[in-house]
Amino acid sequence: MRDTKHTSMGRGTRAVVTGAMGIALAATVLSACSSTPKAATNTPGVTSNSISIGATVPLTGPAAPGYDEIAPAMNAVFGWVNAHGGVNGRKIHYTYLDDGYNPANTATLTRKLVLQDKIFADVGSLGTPTQAAVQVFLNTQKVPQLFIESGCDCWSNPKYPQSYGWQPPYTVEGKILGAYIKTKFAGKKVGYLTQDDEFGQDFIKGLDQEIPSASVVSRQTYDAATLAGPLSNQVAALKAAGAQVVAMATIPAATALAMLPAAAIGYQPQYVISSVGSDPPTVGPLLSSFTQKGGGTAAQATATAGLLNGVITDSYFAPESEVSNPWVQVEKKLLNDYAPSLYAKYGLDGNTQYGVALAYTFVEALQAAGKNLTRAGFLASMANSGKNFVTPGFVPPSYSNSVHFGFEGAEVIKLSSATSPAVTPTGSWIGGTPVTSVEVTDTGSGPVTKYTGATSTPPKTLVATS
Amino acid sequence: MTLPVTQELSMEKENESWLRRLRLPNQPLARHLIFAFCGAGILFLVTSLLSPFNDYEVGEIALYVVALAGLSLLTGVNGQISLGHGAFMAVGAYTVALLMTHTQLNFLVELVLSIGAAAFLGLLIGIPATRLKGPYLAGMTLLLALALPPIADKWSTTFGGDQGLSTTVPTGPGTINPEEWLAWIQIIGALITLVLLANLLRSRFGRSFRAVRDDEIAASLAGIHVARTKVLAFVISAGCAGLAGAFLGLSTGVVNTGEFPLTLSIQLLAAMVLGGTGSLMGMWWGAVLLVYLPQWSTSLSTHFSLGSGASAYLATIIFGVVLIVVMIAAPTGVQGGFRWMWQHIASLLAGQHATSSSASELSDDAVQSLPTK
Repeated sequence: MRDTKHTSMGRGTRAVVTGAMGIALAATVLSACSSTPKAATNTPGVTSNSISIGATVPLTGPAAPGYDEIAPAMNAVFGWVNAHGGVNGRKIHYTYLDDGYNPANTATLTRKLVLQDKIFADVGSLGTPTQAAVQVFLNTQKVPQLFIESGCDCWSNPKYPQSYGWQPPYTVEGKILGAYIKTKFAGKKVGYLTQDDEFGQDFIKGLDQEIPSASVVSRQTYDAATLAGPLSNQVAALKAAGAQVVAMATIPAATALAMLPAAAIGYQPQYVISSVGSDPPTVGPLLSSFTQKGGGTAAQATATAGLLNGVITDSYFAPESEVSNPWVQVEKKLLNDYAPSLYAKYGLDGNTQYGVALAYTFVEALQAAGKNLTRAGFLASMANSGKNFVTPGFVPPSYSNSVHFGFEGAEVIKLSSATSPAVTPTGSWIGGTPVTSVEVTDTGSGPVTKYTGATSTPPKTLVATS
Repeated sequence: MTLPVTQELSMEKENESWLRRLRLPNQPLARHLIFAFCGAGILFLVTSLLSPFNDYEVGEIALYVVALAGLSLLTGVNGQISLGHGAFMAVGAYTVALLMTHTQLNFLVELVLSIGAAAFLGLLIGIPATRLKGPYLAGMTLLLALALPPIADKWSTTFGGDQGLSTTVPTGPGTINPEEWLAWIQIIGALITLVLLANLLRSRFGRSFRAVRDDEIAASLAGIHVARTKVLAFVISAGCAGLAGAFLGLSTGVVNTGEFPLTLSIQLLAAMVLGGTGSLMGMWWGAVLLVYLPQWSTSLSTHFSLGSGASAYLATIIFGVVLIVVMIAAPTGVQGGFRWMWQHIASLLAGQHATSSSASELSDDAVQSLPTK
């Protein structure tokens, strides 16, 4: 059995082992230190010929499909910029790390980027819970938290002056789509199907400001974390309540998982879907694959693309199906030239467009900040010139001293098989045409009004040669 | 617990090794406290030398040690598998965050209440769990890990929803780095937990845990109340996870449900197995792996110029490969492997042949039951 002869040796052994482990632990920790940060000027992440920025995005896990295209697409723009001498002579180095949509990982990785890699700013990180987890840290460290990939209206908060949103807040989208439902579908019964979190709640806040509450006959929700199969219960409830219009704040997977059971029970309401979950090259393949997983034939799977016909959604830059639009052409060229493998895999879809547009915004901001680059100066120039940034968006960003939201406007579009399709490597997808002009509003109780400013065109060269 | 005098004398005669000169006391508490103080000394030295970010990571390692130690006690020593420790961590984290948001209680009181809340949930889960074993118990705890965090999403006004609830670390002494101060708090928490658990495992309770794990009927015949023992193990284990969750909430600064996915519970179990099921000190290895593996694989993939996407998956692949390799090479985990290696080296130094690998010390981290002869 037990050999007691070794016991006292064991105690001493243990002491040495403890000590050895402690030293091993220390050695492990010390050896894990990354390489020395770049030679710095007074501003972290900035040297005379480079600027280093970072982000945390989901590259693995359930949130990854689609969203993992955005950061590489941003690099296409930065690739063009670096090939043309950089901004004010500085090349842009973009490091994006995978947080798997887990805020605990975001907290660690963001600290790594700020404390160890000494980035100038956190640009284009994704997610509401993930970015909320680092908002206090970044603001305390006075590191700009720029162009957060989330429509939460918490990013424009005077308590956190380093934080900036970019995409239209969900409340703004809800108001714009709600105003359309109010005018176009007056008197019809409306049902809501929303994600059971900030995204859905903010969207409903916007919808409720425009749609009279008497018209809303059903409010269904789903939980993104446990989304595993068709949302049959929610769809059945909407049908039972007689909703003729269904307003949806759904991620692409949930859009597909709602439309399929609805089609199966012969329920064909007018869908009005947030831009988050309506991009045809993203939703189309999901409709098809879910059908096949559910036991459908290949023919049935292909036919599901038709479910998107007639869907109303919103867009804040020219959709990929508008092939003659100069922005769309520029975006395709940039991706093809500087991110060829990404473009070969996904083409120009909602996610790669998003990445290109966001990167444009950052480059514009970097240019406006001038040669003498500091964090405070960068943010000051954003507040001053934000409204003049030339981006693919229909409206210029709203950045000012008091507002840290990006785009607060969009147009309502209708997906229609009559329009020219968006052709991507994954297939040919239904395109959209505008059914309203560009409209603007705020996250508060202001009205939805028509945008009367100018539409931007792509600049001849992205950056001024210095 | 002291050995009979005759045994002591015979041991002294036989061991001529220089290691004998390390005369450590026989009292478990004293021994454990000495190790704890040595560990504290080493770790405080290490944190003061490291950069703020590395201090933050040492703190993370310490907090995972707390969770893993509790899990090791439950699964390794008491034989109850739990795939739901992420949920207990969530309870601890949300408790400390709610207390910090709504009350002005003392920080230590808030930590104790977090431990209590998680332990209470452990009680609620542990009672029905006494009827389940093996895969059925695993399934029940899996359900807990899946079902509990979304409750916070449902009542998002109380629990902060996506934005979560924020936590604040109490201000540290002098001009110490906030990361270093937090790491110290977490390290002290880890060492206290290890000392307490080590003492527990050396006591009557530890023996009951092992007895129940090895043979419930025999234990019951020996007068051990099996159900109470199992529930106690669950409660203690859940309390540890609660403290770890509170520390995680402090590290992140914000508590929301995204921090407690199913993968957390599974990673805890895997890290525990890697470190050494039933071992306490081995949990440091598991925690180091949990914290550093993603970064090591990122460095590795940058070295081999793989894209950012590939490097993210590399972490998962490497974790799986490491798990397989360790299970083949050292089934008792890294700690067991080191113990085996050290015994062989030590016995060579002492000029004696190593006995079979079943030889083990009466150590605070031993898994085996006590000698029967």
